[in-house]
Amino acid sequence: MTTPLLELKDLQVAYGGIQAVKGIDLSVDQGELVCLIGANGAGKTTTLKGITGLQPIKSGKIHYAGEDITGKPAFQLVRKGLSMVPEGRGVFGALTIEENLAMGAYARDDRAAIKDDVERVFGLFPRLKERRKQTAGTLSGGEQQMLAMGRALMSRPKLLLLDEPSMGLAPLMVQKVFETVMAVSKEGVTILLIEQNAKLALEVSSRGYVMESGEITLQGKAKQLLSDPKVRAAYLGEAA
Amino acid sequence: MDTFLQQLINGLTLGSVYALVALGYTMVYGIIGLINFAHGEVVMIGAMVSLSVIMALLGAHAPLPSVVIILAGLLVAITVCMAIAYAMEKIAYRPLRKAPRLAPLITAIGMSIILQNLALIVWGRNYLTFPTLIQPTPYNVLGASMTDLQMLIVVLAGLLMAGLVFVVQRTRLGMAMRATAQNPQVAGLMGIDINVVISAAFVIGAALAAVAGLMVMTYYGIAHYYMGFLLGLKAFTAAVLGGIGNLAGAMLGGVLLGIIEALGAGYIGDVSNICGFPFLSDSLQQQCAASEGQVSMFGSNYQDVFAFFVLILVLIFRPSGLLGERVSERA
Ligand SMILES: Nc1ncnc2c1ncn2[C@@H]1O[C@H](COP(=O)(O)OP(=O)(O)OP(=O)(O)O)[C@@H](O)[C@H]1O
Ligand SMILES: [Mg+2]
Repeated sequence: MTTPLLELKDLQVAYGGIQAVKGIDLSVDQGELVCLIGANGAGKTTTLKGITGLQPIKSGKIHYAGEDITGKPAFQLVRKGLSMVPEGRGVFGALTIEENLAMGAYARDDRAAIKDDVERVFGLFPRLKERRKQTAGTLSGGEQQMLAMGRALMSRPKLLLLDEPSMGLAPLMVQKVFETVMAVSKEGVTILLIEQNAKLALEVSSRGYVMESGEITLQGKAKQLLSDPKVRAAYLGEAA
Repeated sequence: MDTFLQQLINGLTLGSVYALVALGYTMVYGIIGLINFAHGEVVMIGAMVSLSVIMALLGAHAPLPSVVIILAGLLVAITVCMAIAYAMEKIAYRPLRKAPRLAPLITAIGMSIILQNLALIVWGRNYLTFPTLIQPTPYNVLGASMTDLQMLIVVLAGLLMAGLVFVVQRTRLGMAMRATAQNPQVAGLMGIDINVVISAAFVIGAALAAVAGLMVMTYYGIAHYYMGFLLGLKAFTAAVLGGIGNLAGAMLGGVLLGIIEALGAGYIGDVSNICGFPFLSDSLQQQCAASEGQVSMFGSNYQDVFAFFVLILVLIFRPSGLLGERVSERA
């Protein structure tokens, strides 16, 4: 068995006295698309913050690409190929679309390849190309999500952490976002996807984790989770 | 009309200096939301250090050309100010980055007092006179006079501001600064070491402050350990007037404040002239007769009042400043 690209061991994260993540184990293999689902306040975002060093962790270990990255600050992780699209997109509203994409490539210095990648992102999201000189703040929510994903791709990530990319989007846009996630995954990028939309997330993923009040309560093959009565009752809106 | 143009020129000169200092306030505020009250003291240190270097070089045996001496003074001052600002951020402000906002604010006031007292120890409490290295030559500009020194100050300040705009808008560092100002967490996710960006904001601001320090000293011909206090407050006012956190606002606010002050000082004598009033007492009527109808309640020594008048008006009527955006962007 090969070692996973990302592995969390007994990760605990707290905000002062509030224990938001209560010791979870989670792993993502090279090339996999794994989802982490759960209700509001389950601790999904906090898990990602712990991984990327945005919130100091209380205990536990984080291994990435064979390296212990526990406690490493976020800015060092991009250079190792770990990229995150934060909850609520986090585009730089006062910067233009081009500048936002350039920020995504901030850690790189291969100018020619960066140019190609900008074109690639524009190929993926033609809407962004039309508005390239516009500030990101003027974009619609869906367009901002595309920009946030495009920006994350600009770092040429090996592992992409996506925090609720479909949040607040109209159905058509949700479709587009999930198509993009699958396309990026097909290109070989490993993805850990956080979603409220459990059904879609499980449909595109190979494996899934279910989180409840800071703990992983269920895990397994996405197909199995989809047919699990508890999941169906709690997250797919079906009567048990 | 003459007074108007003349005061406009004077105001523009002083305003350019305010603008340079205001940029330091606004850059730091824009990125970490701190009003660095010690920034005025950095200007003072800039003036003092350059003065010391200039005096030392003047005392040297082989006389150097004035330009070389002043440039040397300026370069040393810039270096010292940058080092002080770097250390100040690292030692005093960085440990408080996650603390409630009042803590760094009070620390900044403390830093200001520390720097003032250090300067007091090093340079004493007397007014130091700047040697007449450059004899300003006045030129006639549409009937008013503008000295070459004034022109130099305005042009140099303009070039520095253009340079700063270029750095912020066109370079990698500038882009990182703008990104960090908007969202430091996400900036970190992009691979930006925000500590470097914050240091850069302090250090660049300090370099501009050093130049401003030398400028005011040559302009007024004196330097004093307390000079940074009032200058700092005025530059802060300028930054607020333009919209704190906004670079263009700091420049606009600086120049405007300089002009408001100069015009105020130029006209306050006439405006507060009481001789035109009816029902003057006998003694006042005699005074008016004796002074060709010119007895003012306020003289141009009230110049400093205008800055604070402006500050109060802005805070009441437009707290976000002329070019500032709604203050709600940061939660
Ligand atoms: N900055 C914070 N300070 C204190 N408590 C926090 C903070 N951020 C989150 N929490 C708490 O931690 C818990 C987990 O929050 P988290 O944001 O990780 O949930 P989530 O699973 O991402 O939820 P959602 O689906 O709504 O985004 C919640 O109870 C929340 O109230
Ligand atoms: Mg969340």
